[in-house]
Amino acid sequence: MNPGDPIAAIAIASILFVIGLLGVMVRRNLLFMLISVEIMLNAAALAFIAAGARWHAADGQVMFLMIIAYAAAEAAVGLAIVLRMHAAGRGTLDADTGNRLKG
Amino acid sequence: MAALLPLIILCPLAVAVILLLSRGTMPARATCGLVGVGMGLCALFGVIEAVTFLNGPDSTGALHVVLWHWIHVGGFDTSFALTLDRLSLVMMLVVSCIGFLILVYACSYMRDDPDIARFFVYMNLFVASMLLLVLSSDMIAVYFGWEGVGVCSYLLIGFWYHETPNANAARKAFVVTRIGDALFLVALLLLATGVGSLDFNAVIQAAPHAPHAAITLATLLLLGGAVAKSAQLPLQTWLPDAMAGPTPVSALIHAATMVTAGVYLIARLHAVFLLTPGVMLLCAVIGFVTILFAAGSALVQTDIKRVLAYSTMSQLGYMYMALGCGAWQGAMFHLVTHAFFKALLFMAAGSIILRVHHEQDIFKMGGLRQEMPGVFWAFIAGSAALAGLPLITAGYFSKEMILTSAYNVAPLFWLGGILGAFLTSIYIFRCVFITFWGEARTHAHGRTGIVQAVPLAILGVLAIIGGWMEVPDSLGSVHIFSNLLSPVLGELPEEHGGAVLLLIGSIVPLIGVSLAWMLWKPTGRAPEALDQPLVRVLRADWGFDALYDVVFVRPYLALGRLNRNDFIDRLYDLLASVTQFFGRAFGLMQTGQVRRYAAWIAVGTVLALCLAV
Amino acid sequence: MSIPLAIYGLVAVCAAAMVITRTIAVHALVYMVATLLALACVFDTLGAPFAAALEVIVYAGAIMVLFVFVVMMVNLGRPDQEREKSWLTVGTWIVPALLALILLCTLLFGASHVTADPMPMAAGGPIGPQAVGLRLYGPYLLTVELSSFLLLAGLVSAFHIGRRIGERQE
Repeated sequence: MNPGDPIAAIAIASILFVIGLLGVMVRRNLLFMLISVEIMLNAAALAFIAAGARWHAADGQVMFLMIIAYAAAEAAVGLAIVLRMHAAGRGTLDADTGNRLKG
Repeated sequence: MAALLPLIILCPLAVAVILLLSRGTMPARATCGLVGVGMGLCALFGVIEAVTFLNGPDSTGALHVVLWHWIHVGGFDTSFALTLDRLSLVMMLVVSCIGFLILVYACSYMRDDPDIARFFVYMNLFVASMLLLVLSSDMIAVYFGWEGVGVCSYLLIGFWYHETPNANAARKAFVVTRIGDALFLVALLLLATGVGSLDFNAVIQAAPHAPHAAITLATLLLLGGAVAKSAQLPLQTWLPDAMAGPTPVSALIHAATMVTAGVYLIARLHAVFLLTPGVMLLCAVIGFVTILFAAGSALVQTDIKRVLAYSTMSQLGYMYMALGCGAWQGAMFHLVTHAFFKALLFMAAGSIILRVHHEQDIFKMGGLRQEMPGVFWAFIAGSAALAGLPLITAGYFSKEMILTSAYNVAPLFWLGGILGAFLTSIYIFRCVFITFWGEARTHAHGRTGIVQAVPLAILGVLAIIGGWMEVPDSLGSVHIFSNLLSPVLGELPEEHGGAVLLLIGSIVPLIGVSLAWMLWKPTGRAPEALDQPLVRVLRADWGFDALYDVVFVRPYLALGRLNRNDFIDRLYDLLASVTQFFGRAFGLMQTGQVRRYAAWIAVGTVLALCLAV
Repeated sequence: MSIPLAIYGLVAVCAAAMVITRTIAVHALVYMVATLLALACVFDTLGAPFAAALEVIVYAGAIMVLFVFVVMMVNLGRPDQEREKSWLTVGTWIVPALLALILLCTLLFGASHVTADPMPMAAGGPIGPQAVGLRLYGPYLLTVELSSFLLLAGLVSAFHIGRRIGERQE
């Protein structure tokens, strides 16, 4: 394995994270925001894997498993909310309309 | 019998709990029966315990019963333990037996009160606390009992709380004794840090090695606590007002037991007090001043219970003078005889008050001798003991014991004591003559029942013959009482001038009684004489109430008025409004749009990373 | 940097960029799957074959299918595509892009800064499932339990939220 790999992997993870964040900030559709969040989660997972490779430890992959579990739970709840919004007559899934908690 | 010792405390406590849980639904007869059985068992156990202890193998030592380990933290170790030695035995017998008599009397006295159950809850709680105070071997538990009797005293003084003066008197008693309680607590903390334990034995053993300044301060503070509890100068103002409570309360708490707790405590710690002669001198001086002060006030009171309250104060002054002179046995002996005759006097006064429609002004009584002969003789017995009429009364022997010791320490104390005895005989027989002789100004109704009469009779007999367990050498040398206590309190010192002092001490009360006879017997002296300036000052507690009103109460009220708008609270209001302002400001950021939040989180992340990298 | 890693990384980044710019949800999902597969390859390159397999099976396989189901249920059509287009104007992009750029710079700077020292023991071959399992059920046992709680909570809340779909409230 090339010693430079983990640094490059961290760089990829950073780029992916920023792309995901950009997606969350730009998209108004809740479904796309959820997908963007998935990208961010994957970026974090990649960072863990890279760190694990850097130290040659299994802990990175353990954390990856945790992130998968977290992503599954998050997707389940998030998609349930999407379905709920759709069923409640807000078919556009516009996240900006859910602003009744305005200060 | 170690098993019996906790039961002595548990009996009244159990009665209190049962009565409390019954919420006053129990009929008055059942309540009285329960109280009688509970206190009877308490007194019975007390007597059995005393007899077995004195006949036991270790009758000069102490019976130690550890109930449970209480506090164990750092180097500080405390068990919840009871100790029975000869000193606590005396106190325990006084509290349980006299307590029993008074509670039996109270059954009759409070018969028609709708709140009788509440009354007996407080009373039994009081007895339990007092027994805990007397029997526990550790000063933390003593403090527990000390506060317990304080609370019960407060509750009982304000028992008829529907009337404002009673509630005020209760508050006054509570606040004034609280000063002493605070001093006591500080003394405990000092001892705990200086000695490392609050067990009486450990304190007594460690005290000579502890820093002298700390011990002096601790004894001074303990004296302060005792002084407040015993209504000695300068914390005496609460006791006369405490007479607002029912009369059995005055008999039990404000004459026989609670007010003597301080005397017991100092006697218990006499080895520590011996290390600090200055504090002992102060103690003697306080007693000396209080004797004369209270006797002077008692001379001009018109309320029969207030006369007795001031006389209690004065008699406690004798005990403090004795303690200050190192006459521990004398103080304890006077404590016991005083418990006999003062409880008797209060209960007799209570019977009178009941018969004359709750009239307490002696100038509105008069001529009651024929109408209530039994009560009259009981009151006479009590008065004679209080005045210390020679040979035939208990008060004579205990007072002479104190006076002889005082003479051997400082003749001035003796002189004060004799003067006090003179005043005592005048004021109490003034009360007797005005109440029982002269023309009748009121009509007594009903009869004094057997339930009241029996305790009166028993205490009357005790007030007469109780003194014969300690007769000075000049008169036949009986030393049952001092021998009983000498294993704990040390041998009696050799004393001089016995016979002459006894003679003077015998004559002075007789002169006082004769003087009272001449002054008040024929007419009962109209109350107009009370208008003279000196008398007015005496009646008003020598102006102490007014003084404290000006020095403490008014400035405090003024301070309160000054701070009516509570400027500290304003400060917090400012804090609140600032917070509110920022809350509103930041609230504007809460647009409710998830995307904005995500952007803000990104900004935060950037800032955090910039700080970290 | 090795050539395969560069290729896989490039694919992942480009696919991710496509995901967030699509106007049709199914297209975005397909690109997302491509991202995930590329990431699985990256994992494998980094010596984590087990993670790579799980990425394909669980992420690309299970979670993405969940998304596809939802897209089918909410039935986004032609008007939705038009609306998405109208939402994605240039104006909405400027500020987030600037912010993202700053964050990226910070992250890259930090990454280059931290990993400046040489690798102590990188040459140890891939870390297999056995090593992961031993760690997972050894020191991380409590974490596994907590994750199971998290999944349970997700299950319960998803069930609760989706319970009355189809019934109008009131």
